[in-house]
Amino acid sequence: MKKSVFLGALTVAGLAAGAAAAGTLDDVKARGTLNCGVTTGLVGFAAPDANGEWKGFDVSVCRAVAAAVLGDATAVEFVPTTGKTRFTALASGEIDMLARNTTWTFSRDVDLKFTFVGVNYYDGQGFMVPKALGVSSAKELDGATVCVQTGTTTELNLADFFRANNISYDPVPIETNAEGQQQYLAGACDTYTTDASGLAATRATFENPGEHALLPEIISKEPLGPLVRHGDDEWGDVVRWTLNALITAEELGVTSANVNEMASGSTNPEVKRLLGTEGTLGEMLGLDADWAMRAISSQGNYGEIFATTIGEETPIALSRGLNAQWTNGGLIYSPPFR
Amino acid sequence: MSDTHAHTVSFVRTETLPEREPPYAASGPVKWMRENLFATPANGLLTLVALYVIYVALSGVLPWIFNGVWNAGSLTECREILDGTRGACFAVLSERWPQLIFGFKYPPEYYWRPTVAFLLLFVAVAPVLFFDLPRKLLAFTAVYPFIAFWLIWGGTVLSPVLAFVGVAGGAMVYQKLVNRSFAAGFFGGIVAAYVIWKIGGFLIPETASDNAMLGAVPSRDLGGFMLNMMLGVTCVTLSVPIGIALALGRQSSMPLIKWICVVFIEFIRGVPLITLLFVASVMLAYFFPPESSVDLFLRVVIMITMFSAAYIAEVIRGGLAALPKGQYEGADSLGLDYAQATRLIILPQALKISIPGIVNIAVGLFKDTTLVSVISMFDILGMIRGPILASTEWNGVYWELLGFAALLFFVVCYGISQYSQWLERRLATDHR
Repeated sequence: MKKSVFLGALTVAGLAAGAAAAGTLDDVKARGTLNCGVTTGLVGFAAPDANGEWKGFDVSVCRAVAAAVLGDATAVEFVPTTGKTRFTALASGEIDMLARNTTWTFSRDVDLKFTFVGVNYYDGQGFMVPKALGVSSAKELDGATVCVQTGTTTELNLADFFRANNISYDPVPIETNAEGQQQYLAGACDTYTTDASGLAATRATFENPGEHALLPEIISKEPLGPLVRHGDDEWGDVVRWTLNALITAEELGVTSANVNEMASGSTNPEVKRLLGTEGTLGEMLGLDADWAMRAISSQGNYGEIFATTIGEETPIALSRGLNAQWTNGGLIYSPPFR
Repeated sequence: MSDTHAHTVSFVRTETLPEREPPYAASGPVKWMRENLFATPANGLLTLVALYVIYVALSGVLPWIFNGVWNAGSLTECREILDGTRGACFAVLSERWPQLIFGFKYPPEYYWRPTVAFLLLFVAVAPVLFFDLPRKLLAFTAVYPFIAFWLIWGGTVLSPVLAFVGVAGGAMVYQKLVNRSFAAGFFGGIVAAYVIWKIGGFLIPETASDNAMLGAVPSRDLGGFMLNMMLGVTCVTLSVPIGIALALGRQSSMPLIKWICVVFIEFIRGVPLITLLFVASVMLAYFFPPESSVDLFLRVVIMITMFSAAYIAEVIRGGLAALPKGQYEGADSLGLDYAQATRLIILPQALKISIPGIVNIAVGLFKDTTLVSVISMFDILGMIRGPILASTEWNGVYWELLGFAALLFFVVCYGISQYSQWLERRLATDHR
């Protein structure tokens, strides 16, 4: 209770500081760079490569917003944040938006006073087991030893799941993902549980990934998405609709390769509205007509970003699953552009 | 004389015996081993056990090192090259070497600048560490911080020059006034430096950095082991004088100064360093408007310096307490005032006693600089835990990277500790 009051006070202070400044959109335009909070490094989602260039799934969202607002996908100042510093960095105005695989929860949205502008990845907690264990469902894990990170929602979800199914387990507490990886490989636990995307990335680093399987049960909801401060709806709209533009582009078949042809040649009115050859959607956002086109041509549509950063062709090899377009039975769905 | 001997004592040899080897077991390596390794059965048993442990450790580690792969694009490639045999994947070091040393954002074309600053560091600290060297070298030491600042951060040459002029002006005023009274010199110097900086600040144009000889590099682009070295060197250098001031302040007879120092020291020592770092990175941002925030590097330097100054103050207080009362009284009886007595009699002895303690804190502080990785600064540990282990190529390479970081820290810390042992022998602090 005390902690949340304290955090609340901090947030209020941050809000006051933020409110004193002009709108974030004007700030970003005046500054000429977008300050985007990312993780200090998470496989596939955000990490600098050997040349020091940030790459990844979350990074692409930042770059798309920069392309839409500033016309330059490289005009991003990436501010690496840890799980502990991310919210204060956003609340204090150090960053304009946070794209740091952050789960959208009630208390973060309401109590911490942030606005989640959408979901770019639907994650959930899963289990990894060695194939030699001969288990094909998490419900068969009665009496198993489970490696689980302490002090996370993962631990609580795990307890809920086993109690709900009336089976027992033996937790092996670990501190970091690296430790979990080592413990699991050393055989200290029968199964390792964390977010499914994390499990896939971890498995990809094993010497023999084929000897380990991810169980089909996903026991929690972890919708990850970019977020901005409460109270600046114009800026929130810009980030929200940039993400939606990427999603809609995939739905309409607009890719980074064909975006120029589609802009001039398409007969689909929604494509025309999206790419700014018809209507005044960009103007309503406070941007120019080509905003979505720049975002798509620099980063590709949602499907392209997914495929190049975490998709099945990459070492992480995540399948689309829940993150397929709604037309393909997934949850990725954007409101219409009209 | 010899004749008498030869005739009266007939059995005495006339010639010396040829020298013979000492018995086999009483010389050479065998004697050494008997005395040192197998003196008693229990001793011998322990030796054998120790040898076995060393063998096991080396037989595991050495093949792993010598079978290591130095050229590969990713961990998977490493494993293909090793083809099932055991071996390290040092390729990550060769590929990410510049990132481990300079961080991932420092512009590669400027790598020579911190390297030059690093090499000059040895020239600058040499006259401080080895007082047999000519004292004239100290002039370079005085200029070094400004050169290093200019080399690492770049930008206009005017700001380090101005900073230097300010310090030099302050030092001159101090020299002028110190004969009258130490306090007048001290505070006069500070005021003079401040005035010079204020006036100079108006003179340097805003756009001076744009066409500077060395391109400017913002603080958040610093990283890697360079960041650890910079934090370590800066904070140790700054915290020793502050620590001395705090230790003296704590012993002061003026209650206000005494209580300020006591509260400061006890507060800082009662708070974990990591908390102070969080305050520096997170909390301070709330007190500044978003545009005018103080540089993160500077904030961290201030916090670490405060932290180590409090500890060094306590070490030096121990040194002060160890001095016999006669030293203080002797100084008084010579008619020296407080500043003179402290400068000429008390501190030289107290500091000599405190050397091991100060070095101990310096080593600890240097290692503590890795804590900045938790506030998302990319020092060498932050680089390893964040960007490198999070890249799709190198996720899963732990031993090689962390071992490399440990090696770098070991080299520096061992060097510091060897120096302090040399210094202790040299100063012979125990008056033997």
